[in-house]
Amino acid sequence: MINIIASHGSELLSGLGQTVLCSVIALFFSLIIGSMFAIFEVLPSKVLHTIGRIYVEVVRNIPLLVVTMFFYIVIPQYVASINGFVAGTIGLTIYTSAFIAETVRAGIQSVSGGQMEAARSNGMTYWQAMRYIVLPQAFKIVIPPLGNQFINLVKNSSVLAFVAGFDLMYVGNDIASTSFDTINSYLVVGVMYLIITMPLSYYMRYLEKRTNRGAA
Amino acid sequence: MSMIEFHNVEKYYGKFHALTDINLTIEKGETVVLIGPSGSGKSTLIRTINGLESINSGQLVVNGFDLASKKTNMNKIRREVGMVFQHFNLYNNKSVLENIMLAPRVVLGRKDDENKKVAMELLDLVGLADKAESMPSMLSGGQKQRIAIARSLAMHPKCILFDEPTSALDPEMIDDVLNVMKKIAKDSSMTMVVVTHEMGFAREVGDRVIFMDEGQILEDDQAKEFFDGQPSNERARQFLSKIIKH
Repeated sequence: MINIIASHGSELLSGLGQTVLCSVIALFFSLIIGSMFAIFEVLPSKVLHTIGRIYVEVVRNIPLLVVTMFFYIVIPQYVASINGFVAGTIGLTIYTSAFIAETVRAGIQSVSGGQMEAARSNGMTYWQAMRYIVLPQAFKIVIPPLGNQFINLVKNSSVLAFVAGFDLMYVGNDIASTSFDTINSYLVVGVMYLIITMPLSYYMRYLEKRTNRGAA
Repeated sequence: MSMIEFHNVEKYYGKFHALTDINLTIEKGETVVLIGPSGSGKSTLIRTINGLESINSGQLVVNGFDLASKKTNMNKIRREVGMVFQHFNLYNNKSVLENIMLAPRVVLGRKDDENKKVAMELLDLVGLADKAESMPSMLSGGQKQRIAIARSLAMHPKCILFDEPTSALDPEMIDDVLNVMKKIAKDSSMTMVVVTHEMGFAREVGDRVIFMDEGQILEDDQAKEFFDGQPSNERARQFLSKIIKH
């Protein structure tokens, strides 16, 4: 392992950087897109509800690799030339957003209906009730499963390796095939993924504890 | 103009006929008690008054607003018609003070210093000024319900609907809540509609008693006549004898 790190340190670091960058971008946008579709699904409007359902069901039931390949091939052909990193990040964002939508929807629906009724009876509009009462409570419930999604997202970013995204996994494959030290190459890559995901995991746990204390 | 007017109101849940030909007028300042066996439509009826339940046909006018019309802005009705629930429904993510101050701030735009002053006066009224900073999860059921009443009053409503406000409470807590409600009833400008099984309260504070069964209003009497005389309706007599025996 030391050998690999010593001889390929800068490539590994750049791969790590690409993985982190892709994850942060995908996390940010999938959280926004996912929350939007989650709200679509709980709205009284039948049309928006159906749009939300279709989006979630289609996207989450197609393998991530297929979604990513779609963006890697279709967008450059018909829309704009984008590289593997961008295509991979879009694919990852879309894919993850469907799971986040499901998670957030479940969170919203687990807040008792009485909370919404009380807020509406108090004169608040639907959106005020959502903003001040329902969503803050839903967010708290959703933190642990959302943490899971974030960790999955980081690991799923390895899909970039298939579309020349120059991420950690891509670099790992490269080193393994040129150095012929396959085991150690992938061991190093595994450890580097842990370096990203472990702090994330602990941070989510900390967040969970902190919000629980706030409610006591 | 009356506070609440039902004319031939019908309500269905699928095939279930929840409200049948409801005709009822409640005047400003009246305290009206709704009683009847469970499943008789009392809660459905009271929930139509602030639009939590829609009606299928007939006319319902509350505080001058026509609830049967799709154009009516429900939020405007609800600003002036408060509601207190069986299960309190305090905002779990907000402190007691915030529970009371939130709607006046975001709905009415009441300024913070005035908002707080009003909230503290109401906490005094319900006897819980020391709980201002508590979270709802730290309160007993009776305390929660008194906060819920204060929250409702903070909007300065013309009318408050109480949907079985003491049914989920330990016996010892019931009096605290009823005492607060009695204080409110003394304010002659406040209209109150109360679904309850507390007959002592109904007799003491109620101006009128409405008896419902199977979605219909069977009896609509002055409270004194209802309790001291005999309800003319057989089913109402039966119900009363069962509920007062113990």
